[in-house]
Formats: sequence, C-alpha cells, structure tokens
Amino acid sequence: MRERLSGNEAVAIAMRQIDPDVVAAFPITPSTEVPQYFASFVANGAVNTEFVAVESEHSAMSACIGAQAAGGRTMTATSSAGLALMWEMLYIAASSRLPITLAAVNRALSGPININNDHSDTMGARDSGWIQIYGESNQEAYDNFIQAVCIGEHPAVQLPVMDCYDGFITSHAVENIELLEDEEVKAFVGDYTPEYYLNNKAHPIAVGPLDLPVHYFEHKRLQAEAMRNAKRVILEVAADFEKLTGRKYGFFEEYKMEGAETAIVVLNSTAGTAKTVVDKLREQGVKAGLIKLRVFRPFPAEEIAAALAGVKAVAILDKADGFNAAGGPVFTDVTSAMYGRVDGVPAISYIYGLGGRDVRAGDIEKVYSRLAEIVKTGKIGEVYNYLGVRE
Amino acid sequence: MSKIVANDVKWRDISPGGIICDAGNAALFKTGDWRSIRPRWIEEKCKQCSLCYPTCPDSSIIMTEEALMRGFDYDHCKGCGVCAKACPFGAIEMEEEA
Repeated sequence: MRERLSGNEAVAIAMRQIDPDVVAAFPITPSTEVPQYFASFVANGAVNTEFVAVESEHSAMSACIGAQAAGGRTMTATSSAGLALMWEMLYIAASSRLPITLAAVNRALSGPININNDHSDTMGARDSGWIQIYGESNQEAYDNFIQAVCIGEHPAVQLPVMDCYDGFITSHAVENIELLEDEEVKAFVGDYTPEYYLNNKAHPIAVGPLDLPVHYFEHKRLQAEAMRNAKRVILEVAADFEKLTGRKYGFFEEYKMEGAETAIVVLNSTAGTAKTVVDKLREQGVKAGLIKLRVFRPFPAEEIAAALAGVKAVAILDKADGFNAAGGPVFTDVTSAMYGRVDGVPAISYIYGLGGRDVRAGDIEKVYSRLAEIVKTGKIGEVYNYLGVRE
Repeated sequence: MSKIVANDVKWRDISPGGIICDAGNAALFKTGDWRSIRPRWIEEKCKQCSLCYPTCPDSSIIMTEEALMRGFDYDHCKGCGVCAKACPFGAIEMEEEA
C-alpha cells in the first residue's frame, strides 16, 4: 500500500499493525508523535493495547519491563534526555532478556540543551545490551521496527531492540513509503510466546532477584551469547522480510563499493546525502564507495572488515563525539574490526553534524577529497577530525 | 531445580535473564555464613511459649510437629538477634561467632 508519511507516523502505524499488549511512553521531542499517533489509535479502538501514560521515561521503561516480564509484547519511544533517563532500566531490560521494542528518534544529548539531531543519545547506550538498528529513511524506520520485534523475540536472542532514526530529518519529513497490509504485519511478527513469564500461573517464576558473584558472571556470559546469536537471527529475519516485501536488508548497505578506492562509513539519513556525492564522483571517474551501517549492535566486525578490504583509504563519520580524545564511537569500532583483518588501510575519523548542524553534499565531498589526497600522498595526517565546525 | 542454581552451574545451563525458574527455592541459598553473632538456646530457661518462632525473618527457629522449640537452623540464621529480644525469659542469648 503506497502512502506518504513522516517517519514517526510510519513507526506509529507499524505499532498499530503489530497491536502490542502494552505501550508505555512519555513525550519528548522529536519522538513525541509516535505515542501521540498511537494514543489516537488506542482512543479510536484500532488496537487492543493498554496505553500507560507514565510520568517519566524511567517509569516508561520500568512499565515496559514489568509488562514484558508478565508475558506481554511491549513498546515505547523516546529521544535524547528521555533515553538518558531510561539508562538504569535499559540495562535491566537487556539483562533480564526482555525483548522490548523502542523507537529511538535520535536527538542530541544536553548540554547545552538542543532539540536537533545527532546520535549522542543512542551511541551512549551502545553498551547497554540492546540491539541497535539504524535506518536512513521513513521506509527503513518502518521496516526495521517490524523486523525488530521478530529479532528481539527470537528464542536464541531474547533481547530488546532500538529502531534508531534521525530526529526531524527522518521523524518529521514526509516521504513516499510502501506499507504492508495489517494482516501481513500480524502474520510476520506472530504471537509473543516466551518460555518463562510472570503471568503463567502453572509455572511461577521470580524476575530480577539478587545475583551474587557465584552466578552473575555466568548470566552475563549467557547474555553476551544472545547478542552473538542476534547476528544470525538478524539475517534470517531480513531474508524472510525480503520474501514478503522485496526489500533487502543486511548488516550494512554497500553502495557502489565494487572497485572502490575510497569509502565513507556512515549511518542514518546522512547516507542519503553521501550517495548523491558518490554518484557525482563516479560520473567523474572517481572510484568512491559508501558503506551505510544498519546494525551497530551486534557489531558486524568480520563483515565490515571484509567489505573494506579492497579500499585504499576510509573515513568513518560519527554524528556523536566519543570524548575519548581518539575518535568517534563508530570509528573506534570499525578500526578495531579492521585490526588483524585488513591492516594497513588508512582510516580517519570525522565528527559531523552535532546538534543538528546541517550536513551538505559539499561537506561529504571534502571528506572524499581528503581520502583521495591520502591515497595520492600516502600521508594520513590528522586521524581525529571535525566536519562542518567553524575553525 | 537445583541444577540451574547450583554453585557450579555452567553459563550455558544457567537461567536466562537471572530469573528464578522455580518458585520456593530460598532454602537452597545458605545465608548462615552472613552471621557475625549467633543465638544460643538455654533450654532450662525456655518455657516453650513459642514467641520466638513468628519473629524470625528467616524461618530458622526449629520447631517440632508438637510446636516445641528445639534450637536453630544455623544454615540460614543470619544472626539478627530478633529472637533474643523477643524472648521474655532470657532463654536466647547472642554470642560472638568463633
């Protein structure tokens, strides 16, 4: 079904089509529209969901945890400081193996306070044990949200999933989109049938008990295995989704990487801008390519190293500064993945677009020019760089 | 039940998410080694009034079927001393652990 929708509206429609048991959410720009649209579906009787209007994001995630532990399929949405306020509970959700689905509409973290888009919110949550999937467009935000339910709830995974997309750029801009029929979505996600849940009177359990040194480490090791298993499951779910829709997803999208000498690794909406630059450079005979990272947690280390094996220089773009005095978070993981697999490829970090600073084709062109210079001279120069900041 | 909470359980066999998959297994967790002081029962002073029994937070007062006090479950007694305070006859005294 062809439509034109904002990213938030598309994700809210995905929620309606899934018809979860519980949605608990607190409004924060730019994610507010997701629970707002969804609340209207609840009021209109379009879903059977229990909508919990909580008093904070900490409470939103806590309510989701309780509902999911009880055996319900649970969802929420947030951004920026809202995600930060969920922090403690994000870890509880992941370590308790509760596959909650969260629309994480990327917005800069305070401070200084800023409502516009960068990735400092979800990048900060990258080690919370949540699966993180990033999308370039409204279509991808919608498609990833539906797949997130199947990935998280898979018996070999049982982990919560963030569907990350750019605030305002993707969340509020209206684009053409191809929606699935309601019954197709319902059939694709199926029913949530956890092995253990609190509302099972035939088999009572306790969730969240104290875990002392004799058992804690084994629980964390088991949790780490679930994230490893998620790699296989993400590809299986993507294959099923492709059969249904014809739309192909993987760990990342390789755009004109055949024979590419220089490449950029970037995620979310900036990939769209970068693709137009790659097209232009290719027309000029420049062998430029692009890797748009979709799955950041679990991190596809072997696969991304293999994809970069043929390039002569690569720039990794981060819309969040890691404040580690060494480079952005995506840069750190990509170069770590390359170590011992594709040694010797010059790799540089660019921090870009913080607090919603516009990223234009000309900015991306500068990065490709710098990479061309590195290939030509063999000199890497400064590794940790900023794109678009006033010098 | 005891397998996944055993002290030597391996990570592949442990419960997902740290849940307790079978309710009512608190007795498997020996809390006696938390104790720094221990209750001593002075049988000759004890009137078998049973007032100590309901005050124990760890169900560690050993009672017979006939509701006769017979001492303490030192595998689970944490040495809180509530029973010694509750006893009207001074039949329970708290002593330093050796």
